[in-house]
Amino acid sequence: MDELRQKYLGAISEVADEAALEYLRVQAVGKKGEISLKMRELGKMTPEERQVAGPALNALKDEINSALAAKKAALADAALDARLRTEWLDVTLPGRARPQGTIHPISQVMEEVTAIFADMGFSVAEGPQIDSDWYNFDALNIPEHHPARGEMDTFYMHRDESDNRPPHVLRTHTSPVQIRTMEVQGAPLRVIAPGRVYRADYDQTHTPMFNQVEGLAIDTDISMANLKWVLEEFVRAYFEVDTVELRFRASHFPFTEPSAEVDLRCSWEGGQLKVGEGDDWMEILGSGMVHPKVLEAGKIDPAKYQGFAFGMGIDRIAMLKYGIPDLRAFFDSDLRWLRHYGFSALDVPTLHQGLSR
Amino acid sequence: MKFTLSWLKHHLETTASVDEIAETLTDLGLEVEGIENPAARLADFTIGKVLKAEKHPDADKLRVCEVETDQGTRQIICGAPNARAGITVVVAHPGTYIPGIDTTIQVGKIRGVESQGMMCSEREMELSDEHEGIIELPSGKVGARFIDWLAENDPAKTDPVIEIAITPNRPDALGVQGIARDLAARGLGTLKATETDPVPGTFPSPIGVSIDADTLDGCPLFVGRVIRGVKNGPSPEWLRDLLKAIGLRPISALVDITNFFTYDRNRPLHVFDADKVEGDLRVHLAKGGEQLLALDEKTYTLEPGMMVISDDRAPESLAGIMGGEESGVTADTVNVFVESAYWKPITIALTARKLKINSDAKYRFERGVDPAFTPVGLEHATRMIIELCGGEPSEVVTAGAVPGDTRAFRLDTDHVQSLVGMSIPADRQRQTLSDLGFTMKGDMAHPPSWRPDIQGPADLVEEVARIASLTKLEAKPMRRTQVGVPKPILTPMQKREQIAKRTAAALGYNECVTYSFIDEAAARLFSGGTDATRLENPISSEMSHMRPALLPGLLQAAARNQARGFADMALFEVGAVFHGGEPEEQHTLVSGLLVGRTGPKDVHGASRSVDVFDVKADAEAILAAIGAPAKAQILRGTSEWWHPERHGMICLGPKKVLAVFGEIHPRVLSAMDVKGPAMGFTIWPEEVPQRRSSSATRDALALNDLQAVERDFAFVVDADVEALALVNAAAGADKTLIDGVRLFDEFIGGSLGEGKKSLAITVRLQPTDSTLTDKDIEAVSAKIVDKVGKATGGVLRG
Repeated sequence: MDELRQKYLGAISEVADEAALEYLRVQAVGKKGEISLKMRELGKMTPEERQVAGPALNALKDEINSALAAKKAALADAALDARLRTEWLDVTLPGRARPQGTIHPISQVMEEVTAIFADMGFSVAEGPQIDSDWYNFDALNIPEHHPARGEMDTFYMHRDESDNRPPHVLRTHTSPVQIRTMEVQGAPLRVIAPGRVYRADYDQTHTPMFNQVEGLAIDTDISMANLKWVLEEFVRAYFEVDTVELRFRASHFPFTEPSAEVDLRCSWEGGQLKVGEGDDWMEILGSGMVHPKVLEAGKIDPAKYQGFAFGMGIDRIAMLKYGIPDLRAFFDSDLRWLRHYGFSALDVPTLHQGLSR
Repeated sequence: MKFTLSWLKHHLETTASVDEIAETLTDLGLEVEGIENPAARLADFTIGKVLKAEKHPDADKLRVCEVETDQGTRQIICGAPNARAGITVVVAHPGTYIPGIDTTIQVGKIRGVESQGMMCSEREMELSDEHEGIIELPSGKVGARFIDWLAENDPAKTDPVIEIAITPNRPDALGVQGIARDLAARGLGTLKATETDPVPGTFPSPIGVSIDADTLDGCPLFVGRVIRGVKNGPSPEWLRDLLKAIGLRPISALVDITNFFTYDRNRPLHVFDADKVEGDLRVHLAKGGEQLLALDEKTYTLEPGMMVISDDRAPESLAGIMGGEESGVTADTVNVFVESAYWKPITIALTARKLKINSDAKYRFERGVDPAFTPVGLEHATRMIIELCGGEPSEVVTAGAVPGDTRAFRLDTDHVQSLVGMSIPADRQRQTLSDLGFTMKGDMAHPPSWRPDIQGPADLVEEVARIASLTKLEAKPMRRTQVGVPKPILTPMQKREQIAKRTAAALGYNECVTYSFIDEAAARLFSGGTDATRLENPISSEMSHMRPALLPGLLQAAARNQARGFADMALFEVGAVFHGGEPEEQHTLVSGLLVGRTGPKDVHGASRSVDVFDVKADAEAILAAIGAPAKAQILRGTSEWWHPERHGMICLGPKKVLAVFGEIHPRVLSAMDVKGPAMGFTIWPEEVPQRRSSSATRDALALNDLQAVERDFAFVVDADVEALALVNAAAGADKTLIDGVRLFDEFIGGSLGEGKKSLAITVRLQPTDSTLTDKDIEAVSAKIVDKVGKATGGVLRG
């Protein structure tokens, strides 16, 4: 028996491939293998002999089976290792590219502005871009022949000769949305109205279409001091700085009274804008207390309600915040520009995680 | 509006500096656009004396001068003919900026000889156009600053010029006195009185004036007088300097005087050569067709209703806009008729717009001059004409009268405080209004005649706040509309737009913002370009029509990018399009465009041409993101800018189109210079039905422990059978058991023969009660084969 054991365990340890191992298995423990044949001889033995030989044979069979299994696993491991060695890949090859889309800075900034004003209770109002001259001018206290009309570089829509109405205009500002919103919602009211506006002007710093955001808050007790606070809060949140300083300067808009241009304290160093410090003042928006005639046009009683309005260039504040030099490029759709200044789909501006990454 | 500091000081007693004045003006709403201060410009120039001047060894016209300066004796090469020993000159040392030649001079060699500075002419320092030679000062100490010498000897040349922007509501600030009044009200000085006694006439005016009854609306008042025996030479230097400083060209004393009052008091005047006026002057409305040669040397043909001033012969002046050439004054004029009239803004604006004339007078009358000052202005002008040109004034002739002014508004001092949010004491408020010329009678404020913009109590608030200074405004928190966490504010449509944008970007598209107006040809390709959407005054023919769709703008963007060498792109836009010219004919669309390949050539061979199924998947992904139902029909037959055989409409019923996707028609591509093929989609987000329930709760998840079974079927159908019909038929075979049907293969032609194709589907069976037996599966398979056969004529592929 020891001889058998020696023979097979030795042979198993020396086997080099699975076929030889299988051959050995058949030789040793296969149906007609040496050990099986020995087992068969047990029947011819005396009970006493069997008592000794039986367990010994079984033990030998187990031992050989284990050795076979161990060897089989070892051979498989070696084969796998050998195969993997042939599977070398150049992992410096580029990964499979996924297309990268972008969000336009105007959309991004509109969402930023919306997030900030939403927190202060403003909702988002909209209005048509082709509008009647009543909404764009008359209702905003800019009667016909008012010099302000001439200064607006208004685009007029074609009118058929048979149509006696004054021609519609491409809205020159987002202010007509004030009137439309007042008509529908009444007071009290807090809205912003972002959108496209149009003026017939095209040069280094002007495009015939640009984007504005209008703000309007009407209640019984809203004052210009509230306006200043709202704008300060907005600018601080938008530019993501701790302190801002605004300067109100008297000005004139037909639809507000008193009116103010608002300047922001800033510094320009090496083309970089820093908000809240420095000695420069930069004009960022126009604002004022809504003119009683405008409230009346919006069917709100000026004896009871008052409020403020402001208008700000979205493209402009986008340029300031993100250092974009040329307004005209906003509307050119140059892929290089879109990719460079655009935002990831996942950059959703929120107040809790910050507006920008 | 430009004026000089000394001009301002003619009306304002003040010790304030230029900078203080400028800052205050801006704060008052008279925004300073620029200050031209010679003291700043010329600060570095000093006085020197030429000690020696010798001919340059290598140049006949140059002299090598030794000049005594504040920095010792310097050698300066000079080309001026008058450079010679003994003269007192103005020296610029190296490093000094010379405004007249826009150069900072350096030490340099001129024809081999070193020059250590420069001696300047008046033109080089922008003092005048004089450039015959360098300045020779009649006095001056070597080393002194030239600007100090100038201030002492020729102060007009050091007078700072301030330019301010005037908002349309402030015609009074188009006169220097009006500006001074604002500053005085703020407390920056005292307004000087400039009242003048009337100049008595010594003879009746030989020229009479009248206003037609139907013209009194446009011209309520016309006054004038003849001054005879004047001498119309050049004006004195002070007046010429003043006008030149603000950019006007001095012409002759009479004209310069009218220009002076235009800027000094916002009182445009006109002077006629009295000898060229036949008979009397009459203000009336043109009949139409009359012609007038105006002072700008252009001939204007009048339309009926335009206001003119005519003599017995013909129109002599475009009333309030521009005088006529024929009756204008010349150097030979000896008898002059001075006109001071009040013209109503609207009439002036309309006429000037029609005739396309811009003039100082028009600009001012259009905004509103002080009607009450009309006769007073004539007296001022008379006085100055007699002073500068001599002559003898006639009695004043008058037609019409100063229009009545009944404006009066209650000053509610509490309201001012509540509106502005600033604490301004009531007496301060009243004082401010008085300082601005308002007459206070109790609580009622009567605006001065020079402030036509004051039209209601709100205007009083503005005046008070403006003079008090809005810089003092302190921010005050605005109370929140609700206690606690703010509610969401976006409307469902606004949310959809945002989600659509972010989904498209996530799918790899770059967002564009293209112009809302496009050229007519492009608009026509997309069913637009109609008269209703045409701009009356486009800035170019490229921007003539409101866009009927987003795709033309994206295609133009694609063409521009292709021209820059980018062949592959995915662009999208979300925005308004215009189906007509009325406000309500505007709709929001979402469009995407794929051009070229899915990506650049790559090592994995993943790059391929974009195709219809790319845009279909993208349109479906965006629709899903904005809440469109998963099941939709795909119909054909939409607009002609799509490939007729390669497009589909994603619909909920034949009339409810949510989106269109497909290949852009090759003719459209070639018309727009885009190298194709190009795939596009357009989504109508407003068409997607609103979610029925506003609850965030989901349906319970139904999980089934029984094993699902998948079976594959391949059907042979006619080639024009649509896969969706087959899939729907299979899915309808057993609605409880069939969990899903997925098309996984399409095979056309080959052994199937002409006009046939094979479509292979996987059907997933999900039992709910008991495990499926072979018999169950056979039964449902038979039903599927039957249904598909009936719906599509398809047979199982053998």
